[in-house]
Amino acid sequence: MKPILVLVSVDSNSVLLGAKQFVNYLREALEKYNLKDSVDVLETGSMGVYTQGVVMAVFPDDVYYSVRSVADVEKIVSEHLLKGRPVLSLEIPRERLKLVVEKEKVTEEVRIVLRNIGVIDPRSIDQYIARDGYFALHKALFEMKPEQVIETIKESGLRGRGGAGFPTGLKWQFTAKAQADQKYVVCNADEGEPGTFKDRLIMEGDPHSVIEAMIICGYAVGATKGYIYIRGEYYGSVENIQKAIKDAYDYGFLGENILGSGFSFDLTVRLGAGAYVCGEETALLESIEGKSGRPRLKPPYPPTNGLFGKPTVINNVETFANVPQIILNGANWFKQFGTQGSPGTKVFSLVGNVVRRGIVEVPMGVTVRELIYKFGGGLVGGKQLYMVQTGGTAGTFIGVDKLDVPLHYESFRDHGVSIGSGVILAMDEDVCPVDVALNTMEFFEHESCGKCTPCREGTRLAVEILRRMSRGQGKREDLDTLRQIAITTQEASLCGLGQSINVPLLSILDNFREEFLAHIGATACPRGVCRFEKPVTKVKTRV
Amino acid sequence: MSKVKSIEDLMKIKEKALKELQLRDTGKRGKITVAMGTCGIAAGAKETLKAVVEALAENNINDIAVVQSGCMGLCEVEPTIEVRLEGQEPVVYGHVTPENAKRIVKLHILGNQIVSDLLVRKGEM
Repeated sequence: MKPILVLVSVDSNSVLLGAKQFVNYLREALEKYNLKDSVDVLETGSMGVYTQGVVMAVFPDDVYYSVRSVADVEKIVSEHLLKGRPVLSLEIPRERLKLVVEKEKVTEEVRIVLRNIGVIDPRSIDQYIARDGYFALHKALFEMKPEQVIETIKESGLRGRGGAGFPTGLKWQFTAKAQADQKYVVCNADEGEPGTFKDRLIMEGDPHSVIEAMIICGYAVGATKGYIYIRGEYYGSVENIQKAIKDAYDYGFLGENILGSGFSFDLTVRLGAGAYVCGEETALLESIEGKSGRPRLKPPYPPTNGLFGKPTVINNVETFANVPQIILNGANWFKQFGTQGSPGTKVFSLVGNVVRRGIVEVPMGVTVRELIYKFGGGLVGGKQLYMVQTGGTAGTFIGVDKLDVPLHYESFRDHGVSIGSGVILAMDEDVCPVDVALNTMEFFEHESCGKCTPCREGTRLAVEILRRMSRGQGKREDLDTLRQIAITTQEASLCGLGQSINVPLLSILDNFREEFLAHIGATACPRGVCRFEKPVTKVKTRV
Repeated sequence: MSKVKSIEDLMKIKEKALKELQLRDTGKRGKITVAMGTCGIAAGAKETLKAVVEALAENNINDIAVVQSGCMGLCEVEPTIEVRLEGQEPVVYGHVTPENAKRIVKLHILGNQIVSDLLVRKGEM
């Protein structure tokens, strides 16, 4: 054990800021100053902040630095590590730290899913065990019957964190009750919702929590095989999950006769190839089977006819990450967080024009205002908040009048504010709703797989109309046509992709109706964003 | 790596790894500051630092943080360390060789008595 420890936050965001390079330089510098024997360098997951540069923490001094260049690294090594003088100019101030790195708990923050992230070395199974890892697996295998595990999850009220919010325990029960010679557990890690990146940080920062949960799930429903379907671009996640699976096999948490209980479970990784629709569960299953990712007709649902036609549990990364803690601490412990209908916490991805973009885990029932102003630090440049997109691209657009709606799975039904996958995209006064709507529909048009007509044609038509509107050629009846498209596509589409386009489209049409109307018959975009193509009278140039 | 076969195996791994993690905890009973100015390093503060950490580990003490600082202005008695336990006045020791460091850990941290022959200063500056 070396006396000094330097933690470097290495995740896919900080890698872009040069984290790997800094780590390498740090190791070289330690060699140069002959400090190798007294300083340990550890790459950990995200510490929750991006705008500050790469976060580097020195323990036991408990000093946090924001590093932007190798020169900064050099300074930290030569001043702090060698001479023991903290480099004040690079230090992240304490009061910012509380909010930024979330080292000390902000009152409302509760970490269940993120409890290990930025604390342990994600590539060390021992450190995961140190934080009670795999104790839940032991408890489930030796102290609980499969039915009791399902009962606990049901009792806890855990609901799918991928966006749809289906009760997890119920899903498990359906699969457990289905009769088959083979059952599967699948983890949906094809995080494709624009703006969401929580699953990536979970897999990068605490891969074992997902693996442990999948084994527990397998035991509960009687499945012996599992697949983690990770989005192909998530290199860091794939690497860490694969390392974690290998370590779990070495320790005997995976494979034959786990911990001597007689239960066996195998787990492998499958990679996605970048199609948004593959986040839809049946399309994802098709993709694992080696076919092209097209959704299936439902019913039957995956719990009875899933992967290779066998009963399959399919859950999101964040949903799984909750499971070990629920098994360890019980359903009642879990229910103390969040609201009655949606217990527990939610990991939110804060993006857009907020000061502190990043992730934060808070109990269900938090308001958009709190997320943006308290955790996100308000808007960049002190601008006015104009519009917020909640729940991802398939989520809702709301104006500032709905900032105080508590977010949980019923908030869409009750108030028209969707929680979805937990994206909070804040937009300042420089955006134009027509432009945003066009952008959103272009995304759906591009990602629509084309299997069913309503979705393929509906998205195309919506884009056409919105494009025309953004060129200044909109008509009054366009608004009604758009509304009709939204409703028809929702009602007639095959899968969740087409079925959800009414959510963003109708919410933006309703909440920003004035802006849409103001585009019709105007000479220029009222918000100065859209480029109107109207015949311009030529100005004579002076000779 | 050998397979984990029982809850006892699991506990063993947990305890071992926990020790490594606790090094980073800030909720400690006290801390030992090793002066690592140029003068300190020249007098052997690096070895002292190592010895302090080792002594703590040997005696299974994990609620004491080891921190380094710059020179505290006592260059003639380097290497120096400061022992600060909760609710007590800080104590500065001088000429702390690795052997002395072990003695301080044993007597002061474990036995709660001041090692008078090494004492440089008691109380806040």
